Order: sequence, then structure tokens, then C-alpha cells
Amino acid sequence: MRAAELVTASVLMLLGGLVIFDAVQLGFGWGPDGPRSGFFPFWLALIMVVTCGVIFIQAAFAHTDKSFVSHEQLGSVLKVLWPAVAAVALMHFVGLYVASALYMGFYMRWVGRHSWVTVVAIALGVPIGSFLVFEKWFLVPMPKGPIEQWLGY
Amino acid sequence: MGIENLLLGFHIAITPFNLFMAVVGILLGTIIGVLPGLGGANGVAILLPVTFTMPPTSAIILLTSIYWGALFGGAITSILFNIPGEPWSVATTFDGYPMARQGQGGQALTGAFTSSFVGAFFSIVLITFFAPLLAQIALRFGPPEIFAIQFLTFSSFVGLGGGNPLKSLVSILIGFILATVGLDIVTGQLRLTFGITDLMRGFDFIIAVIGLFGIGEILLSVEEGLSFQGTKTGMNLHVVLDTWKILPRYWRTFLRSSFIGFWMGFKPGGATPASFMSYAFAKRFSKNADRFGKGELEGVVAPETAAHAAGVAAMLPMITLGIPGSPTAAVMLGGLIIWGLQPGPLLFKENPDFVWGLIASMYTGNVLGVLMVLAFVPLFAAILRIPFAILTPLIVVVCAIGSYAVHNSMLDIWYMLIFGVVGYVFKKLDYPLAPLVLALVLGDMAENALRQSLIMSQGSLAIFFNRPIAGVITAVAIFFFLLPVITPWWRRLRGLPALASMPPEG
Repeated sequence: MRAAELVTASVLMLLGGLVIFDAVQLGFGWGPDGPRSGFFPFWLALIMVVTCGVIFIQAAFAHTDKSFVSHEQLGSVLKVLWPAVAAVALMHFVGLYVASALYMGFYMRWVGRHSWVTVVAIALGVPIGSFLVFEKWFLVPMPKGPIEQWLGY
Repeated sequence: MGIENLLLGFHIAITPFNLFMAVVGILLGTIIGVLPGLGGANGVAILLPVTFTMPPTSAIILLTSIYWGALFGGAITSILFNIPGEPWSVATTFDGYPMARQGQGGQALTGAFTSSFVGAFFSIVLITFFAPLLAQIALRFGPPEIFAIQFLTFSSFVGLGGGNPLKSLVSILIGFILATVGLDIVTGQLRLTFGITDLMRGFDFIIAVIGLFGIGEILLSVEEGLSFQGTKTGMNLHVVLDTWKILPRYWRTFLRSSFIGFWMGFKPGGATPASFMSYAFAKRFSKNADRFGKGELEGVVAPETAAHAAGVAAMLPMITLGIPGSPTAAVMLGGLIIWGLQPGPLLFKENPDFVWGLIASMYTGNVLGVLMVLAFVPLFAAILRIPFAILTPLIVVVCAIGSYAVHNSMLDIWYMLIFGVVGYVFKKLDYPLAPLVLALVLGDMAENALRQSLIMSQGSLAIFFNRPIAGVITAVAIFFFLLPVITPWWRRLRGLPALASMPPEG
């Protein structure tokens, strides 16, 4: 927990530094027509760096036995995360509906070990259902790929 | 004049289409409230694109009904599964879950829903009378007053939000900084883009809401390994009627909790402290104080009444000042802008049918809501018995659809995933997310108000103190900011023990 606190505070301080750098380049003082573009970000970032510094010191001196994340916990989080990242990457090529079907099917089978019947029914049913609701009913277009094109959409 | 307007509102709210929208909204909202990873804020955010083609009044009725539904849904998981869906339902688990374990789940649920309804109704009545007055006053506000109110908004997160006040402050600052990314419309300069064209657009708060609350929450819940140990609902008409016979006994608790809820609720971040405060007061004044925590109905009534009164009260600053009191209200505010309405006090003058339709729909929505949840509790509870490996990818896909639909942009889905991971880490480290979202929404408005004020005063901060209204608001805001410093010192002076810790808002 302590390490995670320290890392987060440091990252935020770094980001704050980046914002200050940008604000200084834009000018954070008084321009011909009021405060310059960098004025608001400069002060925000400055306060953020100082506050994160205090949080950093607080965390450095605090005692916690609680760990940030255990090995198994991280495992189950990653099991959700990496297929999701893969699915979003896939959406660029095959569209949202096909990628969602593959993602849901994969997760249900791999993590849930559900029967193939359940897996196929849900993995096909949900994307088809959302297709009807969004594209047909509410006319909200989603990213589509070759399969939808082939079907004439 | 008020009654006439309200009648006009009811004419709009009870058209068949708008009633249908309310029913659909409550149904979806309750499901969203029950599902892990989907709460009011991101449920509303995901469904926002669906409303783009609707008339604004029907759209807001759909979204507010989702909000009411989500508030009711939170009570179901707290009582039956001991899982508080939102921070303000934590206090409901104290007595709700023990009651359910003792086979009194039906009483607890009936008590919770009825209290929610009473709390909400109380706040709606107050909104009906106070909203037009507040809007009248707000019409005279200039930039310094607007900035002072924003300052007050965020100070209450730091002072009253619970958790580490420094972390609340950091969340606010991150939100404001994210809001500045992209084109500065005043000077035409690009900020924080570092030459990357994709960053020119800036960050949309709707994506942030879906990522932080939706994906972040899902990651948190899979970590806990989720096998829901739910108890039976034990609901039937008999139990409902019997509980209703007991409830009037707690009229003092109802009244006290409603006041606490409304008073805390129109300030942002108020719902959680309101529910805890109301629980503590109920315990203090109850004859059965020793039964609290072991399954006392009054211990369910108090926090639920206050949380709903607060949840409804959060709508008051949104419709009168254009400043949302909660992340959900913030998403609705974003909706107003997309539908072409200008949020703020002028709304009452220029779109009375919208405002009064909305207020009237709060009445109809809550009446429909309490009847629907009472009737269909077992169905809603069954949702949580769906295997987790099916729910998880389903929710991720729904979040992705919602993110894409806002701007038809694939990049937004990536942002959603990044915000999801950030939300997960922040939540674990107790950085509150609600202030971040609110700051992201209000960033441009706050910066413009600050700029205009400083131009008026030629750069002097004194303008926030020497105008009467702005001065008072700024003084209260500074008091809230200092509250975390004052409180421990004050308590030590009086020889009181340190306060029990509260979960941070959002």
C-alpha cells in the first residue's frame, strides 16, 4: 500500500510539473486582455504538486500492513483487463459487434467455464440485440467491420 | 404562480410517452443500481447518446428516472447482499443486512423503499418551492458570485467529504487540469497538447464517468472474487402492509432524516455524510439504541431517508445555478447542453415547460418507482445471481458502446480503459472520484468566471470578498476548506474522541 501511495503521489507530481512547464511556456501572468492561457493551469498544477508532496510525506511515514493488491487479485483484474484491451484493439478491424461477441465468448468460456451452449447464445445474442437497439431503433451508429459490410450495413 | 407552473409540469409529465419513459427509466435504473460496476452516474452516461434524438423533456425524464431507479437499486444490494453499491448506502447495510439474515429481508426492503420515497418526496416539495426563488436570486449573479459558488462546491468536498482531505483536493485539481486540455477558447491557444492533435479535443467527462465508475468498479469487484452470498427477499403483500403499519411510529426519524438529507444534499458530496449523520442521530434518540447494528428497522429508515432526500436535493443547484451536486447530476447537466438548453437560472424564464416538466416528473417518477421496486424486488435481486463471468464482459461491452456513442470515436474507448485503470487505482488509494468528475465538468465555467472576475477587478482577488453575496459565499467556502484542520483541534479541546472514519464520496 505504501509503495502504491508513493508511486501515485510521485506520478501526480511529475504530471503537475509537466503542466507547469506547459503553462510557463504559454505565459501565466497578466496579458493585454486579462490572465493569459497558462494562468489557471499554472496555479492548479502548483497547488497539486505541493499537495501531492504532503501526501507523499504522509505516506512515507505511515504504517500499513495492508498490501495494495495480492497476487491472485492482480491475476483476476488482469484477466478482465487484457482481453478487454485486445477486444478494443480488434474493434479497429472487425467493428464493435464482432469484437464484443468474441470478447464475451472468450471470457465466459475461459474464466467462467460455462457450457458452449450458454457461451454461444449470449455471445451472439447480446451483440445482435445491441445492434437492433442502437443501429435500428435509436440510430446511433457503432464501428462496423467487414462482416456488417457483407450483410449490407 | 407556483401551483400553476406545477400543474403545467404535470400536464407534460403525465403524457403517455413521458410516463412510459419514466417506467423504462426506473426499470433500467434499478437494474443498473443492482449490477456491480454500474451506478447512477455511468448508467446515465451510457444512455445519454440514446436521448439525443428525443425531445429534451422526455430525455431528462428518462435520465432522472434512471437516477431514481439506481437509488432504489442500491438499497436492494445493501440489504440482501451486504454490498453497498454507492458510498451513501453503506449505513443501510448496518441494520439492513442483519435483518435480512434474520429472515426479515422483506421488512427491511419495504422500510428502505418507503423511507427512500418519503425522503425523496420531502426534498421534491422543497425543490418545488425553493427552486424558483433561488433561480430568481441567481439571475443577479455576476462572475465573482459564480466563481464563489464553484469554490463553495469544491470546498464542501474537502471539508465534508470524509477520507483524506488532501486527496479530495488533488482529485479536484486533476479534474480542473484535465478540463483545460485542448483549445483555450478565450485566447485561441492550445494547452497541454504537446503537439499531439488527438489531444486538441480535450477529455469528455462522460467518457471519464464511464471509465472511472464503470470499468474501475468492475476491476474492483472482480478483485474481490465475487461470489454473492445473497439472502432471500421474503417479500409479499402481507409483509409490505405489516411494515407500513409499523413505519408511522418512526415519524420523528423520518422528519429529522429528511431535513438532514436535504440540508446536506444540495451541497456536493453531501449524501454520504447525510446518511451517516442521520444514522447516528437516530441511534442517539432511539429507545432501542442497543438494537442498532443488530437488525433494527429504524436503522434502515434513517440512512435511506437521508440518502434519498440528499440525492434529490442534488438536483436543486443543477436546475437553478447550473452547478451539479453529484456526478449523476453532472452527466444530466452535460445532457442539457447537448439538447441545446442553457443550464442555469435563465432556464426558468426561457424553458418553463422543461423545468416544470422535470419537477413534476420527480413526483410521478418516485411514486412509480416505489411501487415498481416493491412489486418486482425478487426479479431485481435475481440479477445478482447471474454468474459473474457473464456479467463482467457484458458490462465492459455496454460501457464501450456508451463511450463510443458520445462522439463516434474509437479513441474514446481507449480513454475509457485508461480512466478505468486510473479509477481502480484511485479507488484503492481512497482518492475520491466524484470531485474529479465535477471539476472536469465545471472546469471551463470556473475558469471563465475567474478570468472575468479578475478582469473586472484588474487582477485583484479582493473582488471575491468585497461584494456582499460573493464575500459571504467565499467566507463559507474557506471555512469548509479549513474544516479538516479545525475539527481535530476542536474535538481535542473539548476532550472528545476522534470521529469514526467515513468512506470518501464516490
